[in-house]
Amino acid sequence: MTDIAVRTLGLGKMYSIGGEREKYRTLRDTLTQAVRRPLERIRHPGAATHSSTDLWALRNIDLEVENGQALGIIGRNGSGKTTLLKVLSHITEPTEGRVEIRGRVASLLEVGTGFHPELTGRENIQLNGAILGMTRAEIKDKFDEIVDFSEIGRFLDTPVKRYSSGMYVRLAFAVAAHLEPEILIVDEVLAVGDAGFQKKCLGKMEDVAGGGRTVLFVSHNMQAITSLCDRAIQIDGGRLVNSGSADAIVAEYLAQQAETGASATWDSGKGPGDEEARLVSVQVLDDADTIAPFVSTDAPFHVRMEIDLGHVDDALTIGFDLVAADGAVVMRSFHTDGSPEHWPRLRVGRNALSCTIPAGLLNDGRYFVMPRVSLYHVRWIVHADSVVSFDVHRDPGLSPYAITSRPGAIAPTLDWQTC
Amino acid sequence: MSIARPAGDWPAPAEGFVVYQRKRGWAALDLRQLWAYRELLYFLTWRDILVRYKQAVLGVTWAVLQPFLTMVVFTVVFNKALGIKSPDSAIPYAVFSYTGLLPWNYFSGALSRSGVSLVGNANLLTKVYFPRLVIPISGVLAGLVDLALSFVVLLGLMAAYGIAPTWHMVFVPVFVLLALLTALAVSLWLAALNVLYRDVQYIIPFLVQLWMFVSPVIYPISAIPEGSLRVAFALNPMTGVIGGFRWAMLGQEFPGGYMWVSLAVVAVLLVGGLFYFKRMERVFADVV
Repeated sequence: MTDIAVRTLGLGKMYSIGGEREKYRTLRDTLTQAVRRPLERIRHPGAATHSSTDLWALRNIDLEVENGQALGIIGRNGSGKTTLLKVLSHITEPTEGRVEIRGRVASLLEVGTGFHPELTGRENIQLNGAILGMTRAEIKDKFDEIVDFSEIGRFLDTPVKRYSSGMYVRLAFAVAAHLEPEILIVDEVLAVGDAGFQKKCLGKMEDVAGGGRTVLFVSHNMQAITSLCDRAIQIDGGRLVNSGSADAIVAEYLAQQAETGASATWDSGKGPGDEEARLVSVQVLDDADTIAPFVSTDAPFHVRMEIDLGHVDDALTIGFDLVAADGAVVMRSFHTDGSPEHWPRLRVGRNALSCTIPAGLLNDGRYFVMPRVSLYHVRWIVHADSVVSFDVHRDPGLSPYAITSRPGAIAPTLDWQTC
Repeated sequence: MSIARPAGDWPAPAEGFVVYQRKRGWAALDLRQLWAYRELLYFLTWRDILVRYKQAVLGVTWAVLQPFLTMVVFTVVFNKALGIKSPDSAIPYAVFSYTGLLPWNYFSGALSRSGVSLVGNANLLTKVYFPRLVIPISGVLAGLVDLALSFVVLLGLMAAYGIAPTWHMVFVPVFVLLALLTALAVSLWLAALNVLYRDVQYIIPFLVQLWMFVSPVIYPISAIPEGSLRVAFALNPMTGVIGGFRWAMLGQEFPGGYMWVSLAVVAVLLVGGLFYFKRMERVFADVV
């Protein structure tokens, strides 16, 4: 028998929308309902008394994770990944089925849980460590390591409300990275922070996953999944739809996503985002402005995004990640990347932005566009998976030697000179 | 497509596995688990104390100033203007009312903090697992620092009026514990109810205000006519706490009979509160 660390049997979690899950009830509502319900039952005998709808966020999840295995969990936003992690972390109770876990569990569903802005970096390290399940002795032992990792140095005794958001995230992750549970449950927490630090965190996570610990890891970063995890599962609509080796599951998942084609549009109010900013469409267009599922690198092409803004925030950045077929992020681009006077002007209501990708840049293969909208260093408004994809044919240009295929995510034609 | 199976139809888990599944009805209190999380309790209490004194410019001074000024106003209004007297001519009204204010302020502060504590810590509830009891308990513990500080002022006040403490003082910790348990008992109900019904947070200040008038803070319990009215007052557990505290500090008459009524009420409220809290605990993360 293999050594199992986590097992779920027929796991399900139901929320009653408009009932239990409703933000909160007021005492008045409950009291008036207590009076009204029996009256209605008298007036309309046999009528359903529950107006709420049941929503299964998870259903029939059977899962086994071996000791020391790193399992990646992928799926679209709202597919139930986070609910699964919450049930596995014992934060919320399953409605049916059960979870069996062996070993000390630490879950990291957010960086900096319990951080208090008035407290100093030093105090928050201790507090957050305790919240994440470290003992006082462990916190003391690891303290210097945490401070080193976080790179906050001399700001250790400054209240964290004076920290830049980058420092805040670094400190928070540093604490989390020094947890030493037997089972680590991690939600998409690497979507924050600058690229350099993200890389450092991934490195640290790789140490954890490689160090014989069991890791359950949710991410939209397919490259992180393939490099950290041995196995992966895909969840869709609260059900486990696919499981296998991480490479295979990621490849199949990306291929499914590709079926969406080079154009994605949403009905008004239905796109990814919130009241502040909501996507209306994302399209890949060639130079003649027609939707282009196939582009050739002999000419530039465009990623066009339409977005509804409820409010124009100075910190709003709209852009996308360009992702290669293996999940590697080729680049991220925002409309605010140029100097401020050249930023496209945004207005409340519908905006259409176009980003030009120059000729002679990409390699052969399939690429995915994952929209990214954020309030700079505050929060993500849209951090969606691939919504459109396109295939690139690399045009070898005039060189007889450039015809052979090239390795690499991009294959730009660069300038060479003698000097 | 798999078929939904009835819950509980699984083979027993192997040795060493912890099982999470839906529990119905009343949950066990599981105080051992609470003990395992004592360090978190320590850190959350420490956070509450630290944050409170950091945010206020006067910091620690507030803990002393607030009961002192209240005592001054009480003395002017209730003693000088309205003629309410200390039951013992050897104890000036100022000392009498201040002694009552100490456990009262502790209780009202703990209630205001702990009653909204679950909602105030919603981000913790939805992101980390720990026994939820830790939160209201830490809110109740954090108030002890204020109590200790104002207690020092009481000693100063007694010295200034030349009142020597009696040997009863050794019982002060007992009544502090009783005040703590009373505050916890009420807070457990309020905190759990506030998650489900947000009206509770508006009710708390009002409740605290009314509660003070039916507790013998301003007046002595002897001012209440003997008989059924006195018994009704004794049902308020704070009557026993304040009476006991005055007995321990000032050597006044022991609260006697009504003390036991108060104790019984605290016990019922506390045990009921613990079980109600545990029962509701499992939906907190979904509802908060």
